[in-house]
Amino acid sequence: MTAGASIEITGLSFAYPGSSRPVLDQLDMVVPAGERVAILGPNGSGKTTLALHLNGVLPLQAGTVSVGGLPLGHETLGEIRRKVGLVFQDANDQLFMHTVGEDVAFGPANLGLPRDEIEQRVTSALSAVSATHLADTTPHHLSGGEKRRAAIATVLSMDPDVLVLDEPTSGLDPVGRHELADLLATLPQTQVIITHDLPFALATCTRAVVLDDGHMCVDTDVETLLDDSELLAAHRLALPYGYRRTDTP
Amino acid sequence: MTAPHSLQHRHLHQHGSSRIHQFTPQAKLAGLFAFVIVVALTPREAVVALLLDACVLAIVVATARLRPGLVLGRLAAILPFITFAFFLPFVGDGEQVDVGPVALSVDGLWASWNIIAKATMGATASIIVTATTPIPDLLAGLTRLRVPNAIVGIIGFMFRYLDLIVDELARMRRAMVARGHDPRWLWQARPIASSAGALFVRTYERGERVHDAMAARGFTGAMPEIEPQTSARSEFLLALMPALLAALILGGVTLV
Repeated sequence: MTAGASIEITGLSFAYPGSSRPVLDQLDMVVPAGERVAILGPNGSGKTTLALHLNGVLPLQAGTVSVGGLPLGHETLGEIRRKVGLVFQDANDQLFMHTVGEDVAFGPANLGLPRDEIEQRVTSALSAVSATHLADTTPHHLSGGEKRRAAIATVLSMDPDVLVLDEPTSGLDPVGRHELADLLATLPQTQVIITHDLPFALATCTRAVVLDDGHMCVDTDVETLLDDSELLAAHRLALPYGYRRTDTP
Repeated sequence: MTAPHSLQHRHLHQHGSSRIHQFTPQAKLAGLFAFVIVVALTPREAVVALLLDACVLAIVVATARLRPGLVLGRLAAILPFITFAFFLPFVGDGEQVDVGPVALSVDGLWASWNIIAKATMGATASIIVTATTPIPDLLAGLTRLRVPNAIVGIIGFMFRYLDLIVDELARMRRAMVARGHDPRWLWQARPIASSAGALFVRTYERGERVHDAMAARGFTGAMPEIEPQTSARSEFLLALMPALLAALILGGVTLV
């Protein structure tokens, strides 16, 4: 499996068609190779829009994005999509083939890899998320946690350098969250984890970036952010009831 | 490629090990298209030929070890389409024939027979293919027969998302019932009608998100085929047997 690649974003701005309000406004950010960074922020702050830019799903309007030194552009789109694995918020959007195995094979098949290598990648991606037994299952019949693991396998099979996960804990039960945090800790890729789940951010990331209104407002380590309740409140973030920072997340 | 059990779409595929089940999907599809074309070309007046074609189909149903009840039940799907054919003898003009107190149009009777017989046989042949082939294999077969990717993709997503759309509808219905909606009469159907609109929008939005997820993994418009599978010529010949028999029957009846 490939080790991580760095991400460099400069002056990134984006407004959705028909809206004059920019969702991202002159955003600058650097994520060094191998780092796990949590992107936090209230609803509508631009987190998902940022995620969609890292993989070139949304067209660049202003600014630059580069992954491992490769600038995102029309010619490099295929390679960027190979380098950056994007795991969507709703796993049902990600799993659209008839079996989990076919879904995991979809990305490598698009890369035009030979059949033997596709099979080998499917096996190793499913094994990385402990889901080998799900290969022949139809995604519709999986539990929320299994769907999430399968969705991660669909991008691991592309051998990405960067993983971008949008709200990976949504719909997961507490044990599912723990298992996911343990899984992410074993993966060597650079990880951008978009979440509202502060304990999960603490369990998985060292660095936290808070987006609000399209700007990067805070860039610090997760522990410092979680200790600053005023700063959290200023950006509509809060620790769960009954949670103390010293608890094991 | 043999699809795993979990894949055999609960709506259509019947697990089995008959000879027909084992044919490659492209051979079955070629046999289906050929049979339907020959039946469609058979003149409506060739009643014996059409009845013999029906016998050929019955033999195929038996070979596939499909329960007659299952086939008849699925044939109910064509009822809405052929209902109007029942009215043709009553509204047709030209020569009339008296059946009891009712005068029926001879031309209308022939037209009605033509539509009902051919639609039933076409549907039965399709039921045999869909009941003996898992949907993913069927899609792969269509691709191998060089059906355009866009069409194969649309059919595939239709099946893949049928369950999701049904679930979505069930969720919306539960939300209505939970707030006291209890439709018993036609005039209470308004919320159902408006939820159909909401369902369309939700499905459309999901379609966009799925496309994004596909693009994010390098999709450029064509579904990649991972496991190409070829059929032996003899298998095609066997799958085309019903169509060949129907053609022979047609030829025989026409010559006589």
